Amino acid sequence: MKMKYDVVVLGGGAAGMGAAYGAKENGASVLLIERESSTGGVLNQCIHTGFGLQVFKMELSGPEYHEMYSDKMGKVDALYETMVLYIDFKMNKMKAMSTTGMHEIEYGALILATGARERPFEALRIQGTRPAGIFTAGLAQKFVNLENHLPGHKAVIVGSGDIGMIMARRLTLEGVTVEGVYEIMPYPGGLTRNIAQCLIDFNIPLHLSTSVIKVHGKSRLEGVTVTQFENGIPLREKERFIECDTLVASVGLIPENDLVKGKIEMGSDEGIIVDDLMRTNYENVFACGNNVCIHDLVDFATVEGEKAGKNAAIVSKGKELPERAGMITVKEGIRVVSAKYMTATEPFKLYIRVDKPMEIATININGKAIKAVVNARPSEMIEINMDPNKYDLKGKIELSAKGVKR
Amino acid sequence: MKTIEMVCIVCPIGCQMKVELDDEGKFLSVKGNRCPKGEAYARDEVTDPRRVLTSSVKIIGGMLPLASVKTDGTIPKRLIKDAMNLIKSTEVKAPVKAGDKIIENVLNTGINIVATRTVLKNDG
Amino acid sequence: MKVGIIGAGVVGTLIARELTRYEDVEVEIFEKLPDVGWGVTKANSGVIHAGYDDEPESVRARYCVHGNEMYTSLSQELGFQFKRVGSLVVAFQQEDLHVLESLLESGIKNGVKGLKILSKYDSLQLEPNLSKEVLSSLWAPTAGIVGPWEVAQAASENAVKNGAKLHLSTKVNSIKKDSTIKLETDKGTFELDFVINASGLWADEIAQSAGVKVTPLHPRRGEYILLDQPNVVKTVVFPVPSKGGKGILVLPTIHDTILLGPTSEDLPPSYKERTETTQEGLSRIIDNAKKLVPAINLSKSIRTFAGLRPENEIKDFVIIKSDEMVNIVATRSPGLTSAPAIAEDVVSWISSKKSLKQRKTFDPHRKPIPRPYEMNDDEREALIRSNPSFGRVICRCNKVTEGEVLEAIRRGAKTLDGVKLRTTAMFGRCQGSFCTVNIMKIMKKELGEEFSEIEKNLPASKIVDGVAR
Repeated sequence: MKMKYDVVVLGGGAAGMGAAYGAKENGASVLLIERESSTGGVLNQCIHTGFGLQVFKMELSGPEYHEMYSDKMGKVDALYETMVLYIDFKMNKMKAMSTTGMHEIEYGALILATGARERPFEALRIQGTRPAGIFTAGLAQKFVNLENHLPGHKAVIVGSGDIGMIMARRLTLEGVTVEGVYEIMPYPGGLTRNIAQCLIDFNIPLHLSTSVIKVHGKSRLEGVTVTQFENGIPLREKERFIECDTLVASVGLIPENDLVKGKIEMGSDEGIIVDDLMRTNYENVFACGNNVCIHDLVDFATVEGEKAGKNAAIVSKGKELPERAGMITVKEGIRVVSAKYMTATEPFKLYIRVDKPMEIATININGKAIKAVVNARPSEMIEINMDPNKYDLKGKIELSAKGVKR
Repeated sequence: MKTIEMVCIVCPIGCQMKVELDDEGKFLSVKGNRCPKGEAYARDEVTDPRRVLTSSVKIIGGMLPLASVKTDGTIPKRLIKDAMNLIKSTEVKAPVKAGDKIIENVLNTGINIVATRTVLKNDG
Repeated sequence: MKVGIIGAGVVGTLIARELTRYEDVEVEIFEKLPDVGWGVTKANSGVIHAGYDDEPESVRARYCVHGNEMYTSLSQELGFQFKRVGSLVVAFQQEDLHVLESLLESGIKNGVKGLKILSKYDSLQLEPNLSKEVLSSLWAPTAGIVGPWEVAQAASENAVKNGAKLHLSTKVNSIKKDSTIKLETDKGTFELDFVINASGLWADEIAQSAGVKVTPLHPRRGEYILLDQPNVVKTVVFPVPSKGGKGILVLPTIHDTILLGPTSEDLPPSYKERTETTQEGLSRIIDNAKKLVPAINLSKSIRTFAGLRPENEIKDFVIIKSDEMVNIVATRSPGLTSAPAIAEDVVSWISSKKSLKQRKTFDPHRKPIPRPYEMNDDEREALIRSNPSFGRVICRCNKVTEGEVLEAIRRGAKTLDGVKLRTTAMFGRCQGSFCTVNIMKIMKKELGEEFSEIEKNLPASKIVDGVAR
């Protein structure tokens, strides 16, 4: 089948839905392409609350957010259970496959909203066996929340990322014993809020600077050996064996951009590099959501999506967007930046993550402090209002975060 | 008088708060909250902590085996275990709409357990 | 004549296939694991060696070069992937240059074609990501790569199509010889006229139980790291060999991932199931692989694993033929390469000894599971029209479709690994975190198993527990 749309959105998760809405609201014909059988992405399995505070001014669970935003988005042409195999950026065409055959889709503007994948436990190169009973937090969540199956009886959570802590609570409520959460860094990986409501609430210990160093069990997991780490080195004398049949790994999210790898400007974290308009290095290709950088809050992914949608609609109608005028370089203290380039025409919200916890972090543009954050942590994104009326955002902008003691 | 630290869990911002208590552990004042919800949370937390509970109920004859549910307000933390037992022993026939009351006035708290997603009937 | 084959690895299944060429031969394959090719066959480098690394006059030298040549037609007949990417043995020190020369000499003696010593410049032209410290290398254009379990799967499918019977999860406990040969298994006793022992790590014990003395085997463990870093090398890159063996390699797999390894650790005979990885082994792989190809990026690790090779004191194959039995022992490197040649040799020996006649009805062809991702648009369109399930992608990382998963189940996959090894689903970047549930849904429908019954691979390797509600 051959199709042509003003704006094509790849991915129907939180960001993609925002993009579809944003493009539609700005007068473009929109096609949404989604590989699952419905929109929503991970929202469908995130039954906990914490969504919608920005977008709906309500505290919602993932499925509620999804349904509410679907209603807001309204009817949008969509191809479900469809997989894009190839994009030709020169011809503005793509090839997709589904049970009805091959589709050739032409776009005026394209929005990439392909989300992220979880780092699998196997990628950590931990010694030992390779038994059944090892899950990423997202997979365990899918089994429990969508498929009505518990992963096992006694679990160890590796990594204190948000999904891991959420699953610690979920599993405990379902009667699974969660022996503890093990975090190799000296600080937690997820929101402080989740430490309180998922771990402290249920007396689940959080062990920092500790991680799994060996896996035991031939057919099914029988236990793990953990130990404390000092400066990244495991301490042999602190090793101890924990009997368990389930390992849930929450050890990082990685932007999922395999389809465009090598064809579009990407960072070393595998995220697509964009400017303040959510535009990539192609004039008519935009990106939003976790495939740009990993977000804490779903709302921000949706808001980014809406912005991408609006700008994609403008471009698809043949109108021009402002050119890039500034480029952000990181001097020190910052690990993630949500946009690298700026048109410096309108104020926009930039999101950053510091690279280590700082009691007080001063965020600086070209050496000048613009914001101070108390208890800055890598796990919590910091919002910076980049206002071209306040700061000169043209040319090379050096961004840095410096820790200051109280 | 003593001061305890706590993280507000009402919204994802997670304000770090300092709560002042009198010698009997009663709430005196709070600092660090960015909105009044934080104060309300701190008050509850030192008297009778309350939580939103999210979980899932079994669906009979639906397109999915489960529907996610939540309490439509906070309930006392000490009732969570009993609330979970109620949820685990409840079955609902499809179709279910987001917002449907699954368990009304759970454990006399005045709070309902409501569905948070729609599950359509499985017409075979 | 009833022939029993113990072991459904690459050697056993190829022998089974060869035997089905003949009239009046009933072939029964006995495999103690739940699927074919899950022993030594599954966890090795997948290299089809050129054959310069075998002592001329050794048993393995005889089979390696011929086996290597056979892979071209075999892969076409059986429809498995085989790429003749070539190999480089890389020398970094002056004293290693003579090792290259002696490998070249052995290679020529063994009949290896196209061997050439390359200069530093030519080596780097061929493999730009080689360490700049390279002095010289031995280029062997006939070396190649396969997915070794795919060979066993394809051979067993073809053998069964031609009449062989496959008994999985059937362990041979003892062998009794009198007028016939009785195999006592955990699924009952089987009476046979001839037995072929191709049981890999267990071949010495099986031979022993049949009263045949062979030098004992011990497992030699090889650990591996798999990287998602396509094209960092194009050929199989070897260091100069040492006493430990061929060394730690850097090579492409047929799935476009990069394999680093193996280590070479001699373990006691009681360690024949010890496929766990070790901290020391994994560190050694990284150190050595970086020496060969500094550009390898460990942050692209997908997975680590280990395999065991059956090693004996003489470091060579031992093939003992008698009136009622053939024992194939110590099929260590280059066992995979030699397998087709071993099968041809053993079966032609049996056929002449027992005066067997070839069947006209033998069908040597086996079609692989259709792979829409590798087709052109017209082929895809046609396939999907005839079977829409080939249009629904289940494994997003490797673009494996529902049709392929269904076909894998129809061809014998009864476990998650069975599906994985027949389709490459769950093999990629996300290691199944996205597709496991959907694959299990398909398995539930096709095999009638509840989620809590589905196993990863071995018995008692259940994926999930019971229902929450």
